[in-house]
Amino acid sequence: MPAQSQKTLLKRDAPSARELAAEIAEAARFTRKHAIASIYHAGSGHPGGAMSSADIMACLFGAELNFWSDAINDPDRDRFVLSKGHGAPALYAIAAHHGFCDARAALNLRKLGSPFQGHPHVLDLPWVETSTGSLGQGFSVALGMAMGLKLQKNPARVYTLLGDGELQEGEVWEAAMCAAHHKLDNLCVVIDYNKLQSDDRNDAIMRLEPLAAKWRAFDWAVAEINGHDIDEILSAFRRAGASHGRPSVIIAHTIKGKGVPYMENIPHWHGSVKLTHAQAEEALTALGAGRNEIKELLDVGDR
Amino acid sequence: MSATAEAPALIGTSGDSLREAFGKALSGLADEFPKLVVLDADIAGGTGVHHFRKSHPARFLQFGIAEQNMMAAAGGLAAVGLLPVVTTFAVFCLRAIEQARLSLAYAKRNAKIVASHPGLDVGPDGGSAQSLEDLAAFRAIPGMTVISPADPVEMALATRAILEFEGPVYMRTGRSPAMRVFGDHHTFEIGKGKIVRDGSDVTIVACGVEVSRALEAAKLLEQDGVSARVVNMATIKPIDSELLARCADETGSVVTAEDHNIHGGLGGAVAESLAATRPCPIEFIGVKDVFGASGEPEELATLYGLTAPHIAKAAKRAIARKG
Repeated sequence: MPAQSQKTLLKRDAPSARELAAEIAEAARFTRKHAIASIYHAGSGHPGGAMSSADIMACLFGAELNFWSDAINDPDRDRFVLSKGHGAPALYAIAAHHGFCDARAALNLRKLGSPFQGHPHVLDLPWVETSTGSLGQGFSVALGMAMGLKLQKNPARVYTLLGDGELQEGEVWEAAMCAAHHKLDNLCVVIDYNKLQSDDRNDAIMRLEPLAAKWRAFDWAVAEINGHDIDEILSAFRRAGASHGRPSVIIAHTIKGKGVPYMENIPHWHGSVKLTHAQAEEALTALGAGRNEIKELLDVGDR
Repeated sequence: MSATAEAPALIGTSGDSLREAFGKALSGLADEFPKLVVLDADIAGGTGVHHFRKSHPARFLQFGIAEQNMMAAAGGLAAVGLLPVVTTFAVFCLRAIEQARLSLAYAKRNAKIVASHPGLDVGPDGGSAQSLEDLAAFRAIPGMTVISPADPVEMALATRAILEFEGPVYMRTGRSPAMRVFGDHHTFEIGKGKIVRDGSDVTIVACGVEVSRALEAAKLLEQDGVSARVVNMATIKPIDSELLARCADETGSVVTAEDHNIHGGLGGAVAESLAATRPCPIEFIGVKDVFGASGEPEELATLYGLTAPHIAKAAKRAIARKG
């Protein structure tokens, strides 16, 4: 596909809203299954956040970002920064689904010699926009991109996904103040608000509420949505794209571990964990994988 | 040997500081580097970039008093094709060093960090403001080039050099009026040290404000019949190992001099290099692993042992240790 805007393409090809939603739902399912498999093979990784962000990632890559995998160097492409770098398994999975990388290769998560590091690195994967893994920094880098694009009168937009625990970093609020001051309406922050962080619930570690009020006080355009409802996510992106003079934040309420019942909302699954074969199999089954797909994902030999 | 290109005497204070020299140079280079943008955290008056703010306001980006965000945002600006120069005080670069590590160096961005107010040269603002750790800290980041020019002439040349150079750079300027060390025909190349005064008994390797003090020390030593070579090592990383080895061969002992903690800065870099090539006696002039205090720079240099007589004494110690 040429380096033209996917938004234009979508208009021209005009798949029905229902078809698009079905495509995105399928991409989200793939993302969850692939992330579980890669974390299983790695022997470590953060499954909870990958599950909670899968629908957001699927909407971004399936409908919102204006480019496909053959335009990763186009200066007019939108930029996506995974500020919550530990969500890498979900990023690698959705990227594989859309042909940015090989799905089988991307199962080599966290392995020596693999470009699929535990946290995304710009020098390892050409479609990763910047290296992340230290919370707060991806947001600032995205802000710098948005500022630089505006200075150069480039209409591309910049998206960045933050975790909720990440909001405890002071740098986040430096960036929030700065983006509003500079009226970076080409910047859209999405918060994967799954209410849990490494050790415990946000509330127990460091309270974030009232969260929407905080962003409003920083003069951002604020949307609060169900982060697992594809229509709501897409509609929030449309409203963000129409914001003038203010950056946008989408507070996406999500469930950590979403789609894997034994993980959902259980703190144990939200840090870096080692999945047993049985646990991975159970998770994949819950995510709708059949016997062959499970075998394909889990019982691969040397890659 | 006669490798000495020039051995200028001190030509007095320039009435200018390194930070002002940097700010003026940057402003003058802006048209030649159309992608150049300058990032400030509300201290443009202190870092010298008030010149750029005045000459090129559209490319002067204000981040407020928020260095972490500014440092990482430079990575984003570089990612979309601009040439960002982050400016703040050296201590605040330390505050944002992890951003420099991940979002600039690890991502291999073509971004520059220029830090004013390094070392005891800060003077009366006192210990909290005197960065004695920045050379060590930034030197430890893979791929980070670290530079500390010696005088306003060299600062202007180095400013151009870092803009032409591809990759992340940390460069020190200076707060106080600087000595003019070099003539108008001075040249500067990243990664190259320069013999600024020849000698055969000992080599004094210095950077920043200590270069003029090293030259003064060489004069003191001359009065005592000691022939001291002075090397301006403006690039701390990558260190000019070839020149260091040659100087160790030819003079047999070395003194390092820097306005920085004796641990991990220029002295550390020189010692690491010579340990691997030509082990020889080395004496270290710098702040001896303590924090600074308020006072005028010259008073502080005396108190903490950074003056020409201190360097001269260290040179004699180094010579005495030769085998």
